[in-house]
Amino acid sequence: MLPLHPPIQQPVEGPYDRELCDNLRPPDWRNPRPREPYHLLVIGAGPAGLVAARRAAALGAKVALIERRLLGGGSLNYGSVPSKTLIRSSRLYAEMRDAANFGVTPPENIRVDFAMAMERMRRIRTRISRVDSAARLAAEGIDVFFGTARFTSGDAVDVDGASLRFKKAMVATGSRSRLPSIPGLAEAGYLTNETVFDLTALPASLLVIGGGPLGCELAQAFCRFGSRTVITHDVPLFLPKEERDAAQMVAEALARDGVEIHLNTKAVNVRVEGGKKCIETLNDGNVATISVDQILTGIGRVPAVDELDLEAAGVAYDAETGIRIDDFLRTTNRRIYAAGDVCLEHQFTDAADAAARIVVQNALFLGRKRVSALTIPWCTYTDPEIAHVGIYVKEARERGIPVMTYTVPMHDVDRAIADGEEDGFVKIHVRQGTDTILGATVVARHAGEMINGISLAMVAGIGLRTVARVIHTYPTQAEAIRKAAHACTRTRLSPFAAWLMRKWVNR
Amino acid sequence: MRGTSRSSPARAAAEPSDDALLDRLQRAAFDYFLQTVNPRNGLIADTTRDGAPSSIAVVGFALSAYPIGVEHGWIERADAVERSLAVLRFFSDSDQSGSPDSTGYRGFYFHFLDMRSGTRAWLSEVSLIDTGFLMAGVLTAAAYFGAETPAETELRRLADALYRRVDWRWAQRDGSAVMHGWKPECGFLHYGWEGYSEAILLYVLGLGSPTHPLTEQSFRAWTVTYQWENLYGYDFLYAGPLFIHQFSHAWIDFRGIRDSFMREKDCDYFENSRRATCVQREYATRNPRSFKSYGPDCWGLSAGEGPSAPPRLVAGRRQAFYGYAARGVPYGPDDGTIAGSSVLSSLVFAPEIALPALRNLVARGPTDAGDLVRSSGFNPTVGEAGPTGWISQGAFGLDQGMIVLMIENYRSGLLWRLGRSNPHLRSGLRRAGFRGGWL
Repeated sequence: MLPLHPPIQQPVEGPYDRELCDNLRPPDWRNPRPREPYHLLVIGAGPAGLVAARRAAALGAKVALIERRLLGGGSLNYGSVPSKTLIRSSRLYAEMRDAANFGVTPPENIRVDFAMAMERMRRIRTRISRVDSAARLAAEGIDVFFGTARFTSGDAVDVDGASLRFKKAMVATGSRSRLPSIPGLAEAGYLTNETVFDLTALPASLLVIGGGPLGCELAQAFCRFGSRTVITHDVPLFLPKEERDAAQMVAEALARDGVEIHLNTKAVNVRVEGGKKCIETLNDGNVATISVDQILTGIGRVPAVDELDLEAAGVAYDAETGIRIDDFLRTTNRRIYAAGDVCLEHQFTDAADAAARIVVQNALFLGRKRVSALTIPWCTYTDPEIAHVGIYVKEARERGIPVMTYTVPMHDVDRAIADGEEDGFVKIHVRQGTDTILGATVVARHAGEMINGISLAMVAGIGLRTVARVIHTYPTQAEAIRKAAHACTRTRLSPFAAWLMRKWVNR
Repeated sequence: MRGTSRSSPARAAAEPSDDALLDRLQRAAFDYFLQTVNPRNGLIADTTRDGAPSSIAVVGFALSAYPIGVEHGWIERADAVERSLAVLRFFSDSDQSGSPDSTGYRGFYFHFLDMRSGTRAWLSEVSLIDTGFLMAGVLTAAAYFGAETPAETELRRLADALYRRVDWRWAQRDGSAVMHGWKPECGFLHYGWEGYSEAILLYVLGLGSPTHPLTEQSFRAWTVTYQWENLYGYDFLYAGPLFIHQFSHAWIDFRGIRDSFMREKDCDYFENSRRATCVQREYATRNPRSFKSYGPDCWGLSAGEGPSAPPRLVAGRRQAFYGYAARGVPYGPDDGTIAGSSVLSSLVFAPEIALPALRNLVARGPTDAGDLVRSSGFNPTVGEAGPTGWISQGAFGLDQGMIVLMIENYRSGLLWRLGRSNPHLRSGLRRAGFRGGWL
């Protein structure tokens, strides 16, 4: 059997990881006898795999679900869920730290109990795992196999010696951390998002190599917990994919919390000295050394395409971009589809979920749903959060689309002022001369919640002027969206119409 | 003269007219270039502080200021020519090898130079934008000093050669947008220019070069990062700090000429800067972080020096202070510091709001010399430094240069006239897609 995920390999003494194992990888699990051929065989039981398997089974299909490690995938076990629980603890700390500003006297010594915060994370992860347990999936009629799947032909896979034939298959093996090739890093030891949640003691100091979303989220959280935290990023821009104002605002928020950010800085080698990891960095020719207790690498994800023997099934792939798919999520083998991080540019749980639904439709029910038609929002859960949906202005301009952006700073929103959460803005991009929403960026404490209203409007084809007619509860932070919509309505008034209205009221 | 004074009747008698006030402030700023020059090589110090190196951008402002001094009778024409010649000869003969202690490379120059030797200071980078400011000054001098005397002929010859020597194309990344800078130690600095900025001057100069021009693609690659936003009721090409909306306008008269972006938006860069000025006033009126003194007549977030004080609580919020920084609206950074000279540089765009602000700042200053306007920055929120709060000490060359040039554009439009007459600028603007108006 392959090495297991660390929480199982090195179980923390306590009930939560044991229950997690019982749910997501029961020690006494026996793979079922294959019922051949499967209508849908799903490789990988992360968000995409679980959705596809459940949906297909509910619709009466014969479904096999194969998982190499833990049901739930990266999102539940070492991604979205555990990071958000830690972020919650870190936000609470920040609120207590700032409590005096709100007229509340905090205790003299606010102490972070890191071990307790991590235990809470494990408890919550385990709790959420109950709905996705192997036993439940089996009860829903899904044949759950634990083991490594390898294609043996265009219509069959081998799972640890058992051969499973399929009519249609979906590969949803996800992604894994991309490890930087820095001399000495492996010898010195490092954490990735797959191991950082196994920590039980707070490192006194932490270097995050790479300024990606998860790296930034965890850097801020660990800094608030009390680690001296440094981010090095080898490009000159912080969160380079985001709008500059958004990234700048988050960079300042991290700096306020005490995170040291070194942009345009490359880690060139690592050595261990006196129990510390010493990282030599290079910035425009200047060499410096950063000395820390732990290193976290957060420089992106690579699709998990190894060990699948995709060649045997005639499925084309690229080590960097993953499995090659068409707009219907079909691979180069027409029987085989893919969904999630293994093939998508947008490596998010919600995108994986949506793609899996498309696959079920297209693979089993002659659907012609296109992945390009999806409106995918995403959010980086720093404090404040950055959420985005649709097109970026730069993309639109590259395509020759004239764009008008309606901007409302959160400091113009009464509820944000009342909440003391004024850092941020709502920017809604529309096609100039119309009210068609092309995209939006929200920076706000609850940007991830706020963006949903805009996504809804985009998917439903609702223009920004119609959004202006929607009464938003007052006072809420989402009122920023209504304000942007009203600004759009105002500028839509032509000079002639404005003149007519003035004439009318002054008649 | 435009604008009115809003001061109390009691002080009104003692107050100079707008024209007299501007003349005084402009003259005082002009004197900076006389006081901080090394007459041997014509280099000008970056600031009045001890040990300050020369900044090539400030030299560009000095070259642009001398003609103004001649027009106002503050220096003799021969003196101005001599000062200009000294620095043009210096750059002409300078070490262009790009070695770590040279003066420049491929026609560009290190951002900071030693005042005496003229070689690289502070391990600075070969700076594109600062070479741009220098070249704007070089071309301004050549356009103004048009007499057929041996000295002025030499001046024009050197200026032309310096401009022609700049290898703009070399600094284009993959044939598209222009890089920020270059260092002998590590090559190009990989900061691209993203979003609207003062680099518009750089592109116009680079596109207009008869010898090593940027490709037209470079300007498109840059402007594709523009954001046209509606903020506080104003539609404008967004950039936070005021200086971005001002620097290129010192030399280029953007009134009535439009590139394809501005045609699409039915605006021009001059009108855009007017709106950006109004946005600043709106922000200061809202004053979201409740800084002291901000208001309709106290605004101007731009590049400048602020306090480097430890963080403190301001209106229920832990406020950091950023020292020298490019401050902007509405997202900051903002630590309560106003760059007073940015108000003077707004005169051409929005005199109806800039003059009252100017009067307010002059009235508030510790003396009647316009300290708050001429200093690089002041911060009333950091109050323990004195009754008017923290004030940056000494003077910064960039601020003084902008004060001299922009007041002149407000009073006479001299720099714009010289710019309009310059065939390289005209060609650069046309290649960037500008049409209409005086072009």
